[in-house]
Amino acid sequence: MIIDHSNVILSVKNLTANVDETPILKGMNLEVKAGEIHAIMGPNGSGKSTFSKVLAGHPAYQVTGGEVIFQGQDLLALEPEERARSGIFLAFQYPLEIPGVSNLDFLRVAYNSKRKHQGLEEVDAFDFDELIREKLGIVKMDASFLSRSVNEGFSGGEKKRNEILQMALLEPKLAILDETDSGLDIDALRIVAGGVNQLSNPENAIVVITHYQRLLEYIVPDYIHVTANGRIIRTGGKELALELEERGYDWVLEAAATGVAS
Amino acid sequence: MTTTVTSLVNQPYKYGFVTDIESDVIPRGLSEDVVRLISSKKNEPEFMLEFRLKAYRQWLKMAEPNWAEVGYPAIDYQNIIYYSAPKQKEKLNSLEEVDPTLLETFEKLGISLSEQKRLSNVAVDAIFDSVSVATTFREKLAKDGVIFCSISEAMREYPELVQKYLGSVVPVGDNYFAALNSAVFSDGSFVYIPKGTKCPMELSTYFRINNGDSGQFERTLIVAEAGSSVSYLEGCTAPMFDTNQLHAAVVELVALDDAEIKYSTVQNWYAGDKDGKGGIYNFVTKRGLCQGVNSKISWTQVETGSAITWKYPSCVLVGDNSVGEFYSVALTNNCQQADTGTKMVHIGKNTRSTIISKGISAGRSENSYRGLVKIGPKADGARNYSQCDSMLIGDNAGANTFPYIQVQNHTAKVEHEASTSKIGEDQLFFFAQRGVSSEDAISMMISGFCKDVFNQLPMEFAVEADRLLSLKLEGSVG
Ligand SMILES: Nc1ncnc2c1ncn2[C@@H]1O[C@H](COP(=O)(O)OP(=O)(O)OP(=O)(O)O)[C@@H](O)[C@H]1O
Ligand SMILES: [Mg+2]
Repeated sequence: MIIDHSNVILSVKNLTANVDETPILKGMNLEVKAGEIHAIMGPNGSGKSTFSKVLAGHPAYQVTGGEVIFQGQDLLALEPEERARSGIFLAFQYPLEIPGVSNLDFLRVAYNSKRKHQGLEEVDAFDFDELIREKLGIVKMDASFLSRSVNEGFSGGEKKRNEILQMALLEPKLAILDETDSGLDIDALRIVAGGVNQLSNPENAIVVITHYQRLLEYIVPDYIHVTANGRIIRTGGKELALELEERGYDWVLEAAATGVAS
Repeated sequence: MTTTVTSLVNQPYKYGFVTDIESDVIPRGLSEDVVRLISSKKNEPEFMLEFRLKAYRQWLKMAEPNWAEVGYPAIDYQNIIYYSAPKQKEKLNSLEEVDPTLLETFEKLGISLSEQKRLSNVAVDAIFDSVSVATTFREKLAKDGVIFCSISEAMREYPELVQKYLGSVVPVGDNYFAALNSAVFSDGSFVYIPKGTKCPMELSTYFRINNGDSGQFERTLIVAEAGSSVSYLEGCTAPMFDTNQLHAAVVELVALDDAEIKYSTVQNWYAGDKDGKGGIYNFVTKRGLCQGVNSKISWTQVETGSAITWKYPSCVLVGDNSVGEFYSVALTNNCQQADTGTKMVHIGKNTRSTIISKGISAGRSENSYRGLVKIGPKADGARNYSQCDSMLIGDNAGANTFPYIQVQNHTAKVEHEASTSKIGEDQLFFFAQRGVSSEDAISMMISGFCKDVFNQLPMEFAVEADRLLSLKLEGSVG
């Protein structure tokens, strides 16, 4: 029996996960409270995307140990779509193209499945149109993207913006943004970061995965975590990003290996 | 292992019931005597018996084709019943005289034979095993001079039309199954649209195989005189048996000057169970002749059933400026096999054809598109556009494309595009991550994939087809 006394949204303890028989996550620990912004940084292949996908319930990964509590609920017991409907959102590092399905239809169906989950009435095409136009404003996207197939032929940056549009629409409790900044031009970065900030509030939480300190100038994190080899090996404040930018990851990795803080 | 997408469950087939009705059945097997017997049971004119015997003799000399990407155990043609008709009064004067069991059967299949229940503006010819049991709205159609009746009746009442056109598009010896059909066909529909007439309602034939041991060999002939037009629909279902039934139909269409025929099929024969036991072998020859200038024939098919589908609705474009179209969705699941496509034969000048083929394969099924575009030496300015898209659902299904192109005229222009896409774990996860269930995700992706074809179907059938595909794929993931 789990009772939610705190404002903790997500609590991950010793999470391990495999793909086929290979361990990828080797004991992740993370606690995220309402109103917080966390950043996860770390070398390529260190398990950042895997971590986000395991939280969202991607079927390619098998959880082999540990626990994840989301808003007092055992997250790992839920199907991927139930996790999404109860407020987990993942902005993908590589958003897929879905030919033949219009962005507008996709967004409406996604929105309505969440409404249904909340016991609310589904909105019709007419009301939805009004709602989505308002959301487009948050990421400054043109309405013409609604009639195109989901992400089909979108530029890299447009796809990322479309992810944030989905976030704006679904208003998640916990949003995990996996390298949403990569591929964005300078103006787009500012716009997307502005959108994310606009969506951040004391009730929800955001985890951004990034390689660049630059994003963190716009989306200012409360904590920065460094991953290596399937674990978080160091946690610090926002100044850690600057240090990483300057010195790279080696010193953190070494320190973790010798168990000495520098 | 990541088995989410690959675990397959067969959706119960809701048309799988058998009607308990007394039938007039002839003994199994095929011989010249059986051909004569069928002909005499139908009270046919003499020319029909000759037509059948000629076909039968040719069939004896032919071999079953084996070039298609389908595999099945040898068919024992001597173990099939070639004629099975529900026992009822020989000649029916009105729908009220149709055996209530039969009316009920069609009612259960969602086909109302009662003209009072005019839910839609569709006239129906209902075929049960080997015979037509009822044709609705005949009088109303007759006012416009439109003939819509069973082909057996047409042979007796309009022998000159039948003799003129039957076998004119698909000759008796065209191919193995067409020859077999020509020898033993028992019923089917006949449509004749007189000059300058736009048929006032949709015409449709509903085929039902009931007997587990009989084959169904129906024959459809549609003639559109100069300046006329008609839209015709064909639907089919069968009970679930764990043996296979042979369905070898022939459909012939003739369009004269400026005439237009639109032929749509929603095929939902029983496909066999999830291990491939039972189901219909659907070996069908469908061909349209655009004989007149500016004529147009358009085939739209949604193929979802049958254990094996072998079917190439074709257009022979003889008239100058004539147009042939082929829009197809073929879905295979579990162990189904489909080898389907079209032939567009350009003979006249400025003839145009369009081929849009969408193959969807799930489970362990095999789905092949096979198409021929042939441009003859006199077909100046002929054009063809072909687009063949395949969609794979899961990791164990197969798709093939075999486009054959023969061009004998240098002014012709032929374009071919093909694509393969996949509904796999990642696509479904993307939808799931936005709160959308696998079922809804698949149905959205499939509707999108098939849009270009569904748009060609008459309204009610487009909705029906969309629903049918979702139903067929339900449980194909998760
Ligand atoms: N489905 C999979 N099959 C095989 N290996 C996988 C799979 N998913 C992840 N991996 C492996 O797990 C490791 C972690 O990958 P992950 O994508 O989580 O890294 P990342 O930290 O997000 O890297 P990047 O910064 O490059 O995005 C990599 O070595 C990757 O190759
Ligand atoms: Mg990554």
